[in-house]
Amino acid sequence: MSDTHAQTVAYVRDTMLPEQIPPVTERGVVKWMRENLFNGVLSTILTVLSLLAVAWAVMAIGPWLLNSVWNAGSLSECRQILDGTSGACWGVIKDRFHQLMLGFYPRHLYWRPITTLILLFVALGPILYPWVPRKMLWFSAAFPFLGYFLLWGGSIWFPISVALGFVVGYAVLVLMRPTGTLIATSAAIIAPVVWWLVAAGTFAGWAHAVLPLGIEGVRSDRFGGFLISLVIGFTGIGLSLPLGILLALGRQSNMVLIKSVCVVFIEFIRGVPLITLLFTAQLLLGYFLPPGTTFDLILRVVIMVTLFAAAYIAEVVRGGLAALPRGQYEAADALGLDYWRAQRLIIMPQALKISIPGIVNTFIGLFKDTTLVVFIGLLDPVGLSNAIRASSDWQGIYWELFIFIGAVFFIFCFGMSRYSMYLERRLRTDHR
Amino acid sequence: MADIQLDPGIDREIDRSHMQVLDEVAIQITKMNKWFGAFHVLRDIDMTVNRGERIVVCGPSGSGKSTLIRCINRLEEHQSGKIVVDGTELTSDLKNIDKVRSEVGMVFQHFNLFPHLTILENCTLAPIWVRKTPRKEAEEIAMHFLEKVKIPEQALKYPGQLSGGQQQRVAIARSLCMKPRIMLFDEPTSALDPEMIKEVLDTMIALAEEGMTMICVTHEMGFAQAVANRVIFMDQGQIVEQNEPYEFFRNPQSERTKLFLSQILGH
Repeated sequence: MSDTHAQTVAYVRDTMLPEQIPPVTERGVVKWMRENLFNGVLSTILTVLSLLAVAWAVMAIGPWLLNSVWNAGSLSECRQILDGTSGACWGVIKDRFHQLMLGFYPRHLYWRPITTLILLFVALGPILYPWVPRKMLWFSAAFPFLGYFLLWGGSIWFPISVALGFVVGYAVLVLMRPTGTLIATSAAIIAPVVWWLVAAGTFAGWAHAVLPLGIEGVRSDRFGGFLISLVIGFTGIGLSLPLGILLALGRQSNMVLIKSVCVVFIEFIRGVPLITLLFTAQLLLGYFLPPGTTFDLILRVVIMVTLFAAAYIAEVVRGGLAALPRGQYEAADALGLDYWRAQRLIIMPQALKISIPGIVNTFIGLFKDTTLVVFIGLLDPVGLSNAIRASSDWQGIYWELFIFIGAVFFIFCFGMSRYSMYLERRLRTDHR
Repeated sequence: MADIQLDPGIDREIDRSHMQVLDEVAIQITKMNKWFGAFHVLRDIDMTVNRGERIVVCGPSGSGKSTLIRCINRLEEHQSGKIVVDGTELTSDLKNIDKVRSEVGMVFQHFNLFPHLTILENCTLAPIWVRKTPRKEAEEIAMHFLEKVKIPEQALKYPGQLSGGQQQRVAIARSLCMKPRIMLFDEPTSALDPEMIKEVLDTMIALAEEGMTMICVTHEMGFAQAVANRVIFMDQGQIVEQNEPYEFFRNPQSERTKLFLSQILGH
């Protein structure tokens, strides 16, 4: 076997080989294409087919898009300009832009919804990004009331008296804390509800009589377009997350009453289509409320959408809770943390992190579902597109409106999706 | 069993100057019973632990030893009998439970560190939220104990970045940050590789040397021999035998104990 003793001959390398560039098939574009596009027969066939499909779509839509008309006051004017050729008529978006965005909001008050939108992003800053100063959270907390005041106007005392409900709740919580967590928590939930139902209206009326402060009121039926989608969507998102968390915790509770209330609520809401809840909001709630009370339709829809999304969030969060090892609860208990602190500091940060994809999924669904309000007569963008088509100027226009509406929804939903991926990356600390 | 080699791992001299059993009762358990459903896990447990005692609880798996120490800080609820910890009786009163839990530290088999918090945050969380210690002071305390368990340099890492032995030492430091008067250890080394067991045992020995009242469920008989003043053997939910370690290992009385010892010591 070893006539030559090749293996035993001593050898020392005296020149080191320089590093060489890999062959052309193993680097850059060529390597990427071999690996991702032409990796075998099936892959090559699929690549070619996909390219053909893309080419076909571009050929079909491209000329239509390239031949766009941007300035036209009506569809017939558009057709005149196009002169028989095929082309998109974006004039409708330009002509009805304000309506699609704000509905029939009074023109001289446009600054109010626009300010609200800007402030919305300011308020979201500290919630979404940790590098924004924490003090800004106070502004985020005040924003719902400020936003309401700016959009609906009227007396400033109404949003203030609603906000006072939370102060009442907090005060009761602090005062009752010595009596134990359960009693204090229940009291802190009941007290503000009582305040809102009984005292808030009286207080607002009395305060307004003493010091009338306010701006011009705008009725809900003037709202429309993306203003409605955003109001319902963001309020629903903002309210359904805390409510969903509470429902998820309630469903895990040892207390039979709380547990069964939560289970019944979640199962009922999940078992019913959203549209029936919206019809309930539109028609039935009127019967249940005391006669003479005017209960804003948008508010009713917000409540229903919130309840609907909360039930889904609750189940998503329950999944996150179930994924946590029991040891986490035990360690929190063993350190002497009480229930709410353990939830807030240990359990929820982890459970919510696991649930991020599901929660954002629900939020995106909620935001898109706001278009269902068209069925109860609110003029959201889809409802407005029908109204615009019904006008003699724009009768017969479809694609441009829906493409525009779809694009705006896509921007928001894609933004949420991207944010959730960023958040997952940022919160990844388990180093698995 | 004249010359049993318990564990070659513990090679250092134990400083016994602070290991004194005081005449003061730390934990008093009387006629305690517990069931899991129909299964009678703990039967008529009577046990008194004085301040400064270092007790090792051993026994076959399923004998109820973990359940026993988990009853002491009410991670498990007992159904009859009485448990008094540091003068506070454990009842369904949540305030008493939280009071006892903040005085009793616990170390778990699987460490149960909080993976979303850094090592330092793991250690300062309970002092800040339960003891209301100012953050800066809590961080100083935490660094003090992290130095004591010899991993101050890991303070800003996350638990997932540490080895098992390091994680368990952090878990011990986390408990110590609450300045507990009693420490419970629930099989602290069972989930560790052999080379990491020693670093955790060293930490526990150092703690015993300072006179901490400790109850350890463990199979580390070398540790029992070195620092325990009493070994309790449990089987089928009952305390079968207890004795000081020298006698317990060399002169076990019950047949059950002899069998158990021959299984874990007689390689």
